[in-house]
Amino acid sequence: MVKLSVKDVYVAKGQNLKVVSKEEKQTVYHSKKLNLWYGEHHALKDIDLEMKENEVTAIIGPSGCGKSTYIKTLNRMVELVPSVCTQGEILYRERNILDNKYQVEELRTKVGMVFQKPNPFPKSIYDNIAYGPRIHGIKNKKVLDEIVEKSLRGAAIWDEVKDRLNQNAYGLSGGQQQRICIARCLAIEPDVILMDEPTSALDPISTLKVEELVQELKENFSIIIVTHNMQQAARISDKTAFFLNGEVIEYEATNHIFSTPTDKRTEDYISGRFG
Amino acid sequence: MVKYVDHVQVVKRMNGRLVVNKMFKIVFLLATLFALAALGVLVYRMFDQGWGYLSADFITNFASRFPEKAGIKAALIGSMWLMVVVAPISLLLGVGTAIYLEEYAKQNRLNDFIRMNISNLAGVPSIVFGLLGLTIFVRSLALGKSVLAAGLTMSLLILPVIIVAAQEAIRAVPKELREASYGMGATKWQTILKVVLPSAVPGILTGSILALSRAVGETAPLVVLGIPVIVHFLPNGILSEFTALPMQIFDWAKRPQEEFQYVAAAGILVLMTFLVILNSIAVFIRNKFQNRY
Amino acid sequence: MTVREKFENDLHRVQGLMLDLCHMSIHALEKSVEALFEQDIDAALVLMDQDRFINRLEEHINDEVILLIAKQQPVATDLRRLIVMIKAASDMERIGDYAVNIAKETIRLGQTKVVYPTEKIAQMRDQAIAMLKGMVQAFIDEDMQKAKEIALLDDQIDTLYGEAIVEILNTPTENMKDIGQVAQLSFVCRYLERSADHATNLAELLFYLVKGKHYELNQ
Repeated sequence: MVKLSVKDVYVAKGQNLKVVSKEEKQTVYHSKKLNLWYGEHHALKDIDLEMKENEVTAIIGPSGCGKSTYIKTLNRMVELVPSVCTQGEILYRERNILDNKYQVEELRTKVGMVFQKPNPFPKSIYDNIAYGPRIHGIKNKKVLDEIVEKSLRGAAIWDEVKDRLNQNAYGLSGGQQQRICIARCLAIEPDVILMDEPTSALDPISTLKVEELVQELKENFSIIIVTHNMQQAARISDKTAFFLNGEVIEYEATNHIFSTPTDKRTEDYISGRFG
Repeated sequence: MVKYVDHVQVVKRMNGRLVVNKMFKIVFLLATLFALAALGVLVYRMFDQGWGYLSADFITNFASRFPEKAGIKAALIGSMWLMVVVAPISLLLGVGTAIYLEEYAKQNRLNDFIRMNISNLAGVPSIVFGLLGLTIFVRSLALGKSVLAAGLTMSLLILPVIIVAAQEAIRAVPKELREASYGMGATKWQTILKVVLPSAVPGILTGSILALSRAVGETAPLVVLGIPVIVHFLPNGILSEFTALPMQIFDWAKRPQEEFQYVAAAGILVLMTFLVILNSIAVFIRNKFQNRY
Repeated sequence: MTVREKFENDLHRVQGLMLDLCHMSIHALEKSVEALFEQDIDAALVLMDQDRFINRLEEHINDEVILLIAKQQPVATDLRRLIVMIKAASDMERIGDYAVNIAKETIRLGQTKVVYPTEKIAQMRDQAIAMLKGMVQAFIDEDMQKAKEIALLDDQIDTLYGEAIVEILNTPTENMKDIGQVAQLSFVCRYLERSADHATNLAELLFYLVKGKHYELNQ
C-alpha cells in the first residue's frame, strides 16, 4: 500500500500546503543576557529570547513580572522612565539597539507600538493616521491620503470611519480607537509591531476584532504582544514566553506551552493556580 | 455569622446624619452668598457713583483739572500699550520656561529648587517687583518711565504665575499621548510642538490671560516706577512715556475734591470693563480649544 | 499561591463519580461471570436491568466534564484530566456492556448442563478483574509504573483467550444440542478479553494524562 503524507492529501484536495521551513524565517529580535534595573530594582534578569519574523510572539506572566518592561525595552521606550539602567544586548536585525550610536528615532520608525489604553491624539482621525508620515517629512496631500486609506484598511476600520475622517478620534468607541492606534502605527510602515496589552481596556467583541486583526497583520509584520489574558496568548500567538519575577521561565511554541509546559511554574500559571 | 452592622442602630442614627448633611450644604451656600453680596455692594457703589460721569467724552478726553472735563483716553490707550509689551514677553518667557522645566529638565535637586522658587516668586508682593523695575529698567538700563520699562516690570511680576499655570497645563497632558508620539519615532521637539502644546493651549491661555488681567489692574509697581498721571499725549512707541488706568484712578481717588471720587468710580468702571473683556477672551479661547481637543 | 478552589472542588466531585462508575462496572463484570457459572438467570436479569444506572452515570459524568470545560476553561494537565475522564468513562461503560452481554449469554445458556471446561474462563475473569481494579488504583495514585505492568499483563490474557478457545473447540461434542454452548462460551471469553483491553486503554490514558503524549503500551 502506498503511504500518503499530509502534503499528498492537501495536494489531492487541490489546496496549497504552505511550507515554510525554519531556515527561511529570519530573526527579528534577539536579546542576549539582557538585564535591566529601575534604580535598585532588578526588573529583568538575563533575558535570552529570539523572535522570528512573521510570527506572533506572546509574552505572558503575572503583574510585575517584567513583561511590559521588556517590550518597552525593545523600542527603548523604557528610557522615558528616569533611573533606568540596562546591560546586555538586544539585536534588532543583527544590530544592537542598546548601543548609544543607535538612533532611537530611527528604531521607532521600524518598530511601531500599540499601547495598553487606546491613546489617539485629540485630533481628527485623518490627522491621527497622518501624524507619523508627517513627522517623517511627507507633506504631499495625495501621498498622505493614500497612506491614510491603506493604513485604515490594514487595521480593518476603513469601512467604519471612511465617511468621518475629519471627525475627532475621541468620538469613536474604545475598540475603534484602539484600531485607529493600530492604523496609526501601520502608517509608518514598520517592520515589527509591539503591543502592550492592547485589549486590556476593551470589551470582548472589540477584543476579538483586534485579535483577528493580529492574525491578518502577521502576514506582513512581526508582532510581539504582551498580554495578561492567557487565553488570548493561546488563541493568537505562535510562540509564548512566560515571565516570572523578571526571568524567562519558559519560551516555547504556544501549542507546547498550553498543552504540556515543561516547567511546573508555567503550568501553575496557565492553569490559574497563581498570579 | 457575626454581624457588625446593627441595622436598628443605623436607622436610629439616620436622622442625625441627614441633619448634619443639610447643615453643611447651608454653610457652603452662605459662604458663596457672602462673597457674592460683597461683590454686589462694590459694583452697585461703582455704578451709583460713576455712571453719571461715564460718557463718550470721558473715554475720549485727556486728564483735566476740572472733574467734568476729565477723561481717561491717555490711561486707556496707555494700558493697551502696556499689554502689547507684557503679553508677548511674559508668554514667550513663561511658556518657554515651563516647557524646559517640564519636558527637558531632569529630576534633580537643582531643578527642584528652581521649581520651588518659581512657585514662591508668585507670592512676592508686587511693590518689590516695582523696586526691581526701578533699579534695573528705569535707572540701570536707562529706559526711563517708558512703556517698555513698565512692561518689563509687569512681565516679571506675572511671569511666575504664567510659568506655574503653563507647567500645570503641560503636566496635565496625558503621558499616553507623548508615548504615542515618541513611539512613532517623533523627536522631542516634534512631540512638544504637535502633541503637548496643542493639548496644553487652553490651560496655558486661561492662566496667562488671568495673569495679564492682574498686570492691567496692578498699581503699586507703577507708583514705584514713578509713572506720571497727568499725560496729555498718547504714547507713540514703546519707549515713550505713558500712564495706565490704575495709575489714573489712584490719582483721582486721592484728590480732595469730592467730584473726583465720582470720576475715579467711572474710571474703575472702564477698568472693570477692560478686565471683563480680557477674561471673556480667556473663556472663549478655552471653550473653543476644549471643543477641538 | 491562590488555588482555583471552585475548579478543584468540582473536579474532585466528578472524580468521585468516576470512581463510582468504575466500581459499578467492575462489580457488574464480576457478578456476570458468577451468574454464568451458577447459571443464575435471575441474577443475570438483574444485571441487565442495572446497566442503565451505569449508562446514566457515564452520561452524567460527560455532562459535568463538558460544563467544567465550558465554565473554567482549563488548559494543559487540567484539560487533559477532563478529556481523559470522558474517555475512561466510556471505557468503563463498555465494560458494563460486556457484563450485560455475558448476562445475555447466561440466559441463552439457560439451565442446560455445561459440558465444556470453564477453568480458563475463571482464570480470564480473575485476570481481567485484577487488571481493572489495579488500573483504578493506578489512576488514583497516578502510578505510571503500575499502569505499565498492568498493560503488559494483557499478553497473558490474550494467550489465555487463545487457549480457552482451542480447549473448547477440541472438546469432543457428544450431544449436538450442546453445540450452541461453544458459541456462548467463546463469546464470554471474547468479552473478558475485550475488558482486559480496556484496562490497557486506561493505562495509555494515564500516560497521556501525565506526560501529554500518546503511548502504545501494548504492541
